[in-house]
Amino acid sequence: MTDRHHDERIAPELEGLHLPTKPDGPGAAAMLAAGIGIFVLGLMTTFNEVSEGLHDFLQSFEMGRGVGPLAGKTIVAVIAWLVAWIILAAIWRGKEMNIKRVFWIGLILGVLGGILTFPPVFLAFA
Amino acid sequence: MELSSREAWTVIHGLVLGTLFLLAFAGGLAGLWSLRPGLITTAGIQERMKRLYWGTWVMAGAAWATVITGTWIVYPWYRANLSEVGDDRYAGCVGAILPNETCSPREFLLSDVSGQTETWHELGMEWKEHVGWAAPILATAAAFLVTYYGPRLMARPWLRTAVIVMFVAAFGAAVVGGAFGAFLNKVAPIV
Repeated sequence: MTDRHHDERIAPELEGLHLPTKPDGPGAAAMLAAGIGIFVLGLMTTFNEVSEGLHDFLQSFEMGRGVGPLAGKTIVAVIAWLVAWIILAAIWRGKEMNIKRVFWIGLILGVLGGILTFPPVFLAFA
Repeated sequence: MELSSREAWTVIHGLVLGTLFLLAFAGGLAGLWSLRPGLITTAGIQERMKRLYWGTWVMAGAAWATVITGTWIVYPWYRANLSEVGDDRYAGCVGAILPNETCSPREFLLSDVSGQTETWHELGMEWKEHVGWAAPILATAAAFLVTYYGPRLMARPWLRTAVIVMFVAAFGAAVVGGAFGAFLNKVAPIV
């Protein structure tokens, strides 16, 4: 069975495994969602310094545990990651994607998010 | 020879889960790196993939357990407000050489009562507590990709490299958290 990616031609070892075809949609969804999650983490970290209203909102997630706004920043980021993953996976299910382009978009979002979690950057907005 | 509850949780968060994460990362990276055509047989691929699935998911699980215990159990002890008396925010830290029952680790570092320690909080802790959360997100995405594509990664070098980038980025985020965590536990231990 020949995969649309012609995997067996590149790796003859796979021929004996008779692997079914896998579209790139679900893989692309996982890549982009991870970038979105980290970007939202960075945004929450920085905007927490800018807006007192957002700071109070993020702090309200701590449920009296003394975690402070970190509770909200991380919960919102994780929810954004999961929701983005679910939506993208549903939209791209069974579809072929340009996974290289999606990876680069996810990577850029992830790097931006990472930069926004670096204290000299987000504390500059304090 | 005993550990207090707080010390035990610090050990679980940093040492136990951190070690598990490191082991799983090393195994996962070695597996992904060598998943190339011409290196293993068809039977070997199946055996190798089982280990790779386990390694990547254990790494993701360890990363989630680390950030959740760190944020929701250990961090509140670190940032407790203990030292404020009247207008003096760090009154309870006066004369302290280490954090104590009237001076939390965060207050101890910010008060500078034992040298120039403020930057340990403002750079080390502030970075660690945020960027550490990128590790489980990236590790989970990498584990999913390894599981979804399975042996097909072998024939798609670019995709395999992309997964390795995510896997190593998860490790990098964890290294920031782990390294600063170790230093902070030296400079201002949780008691």
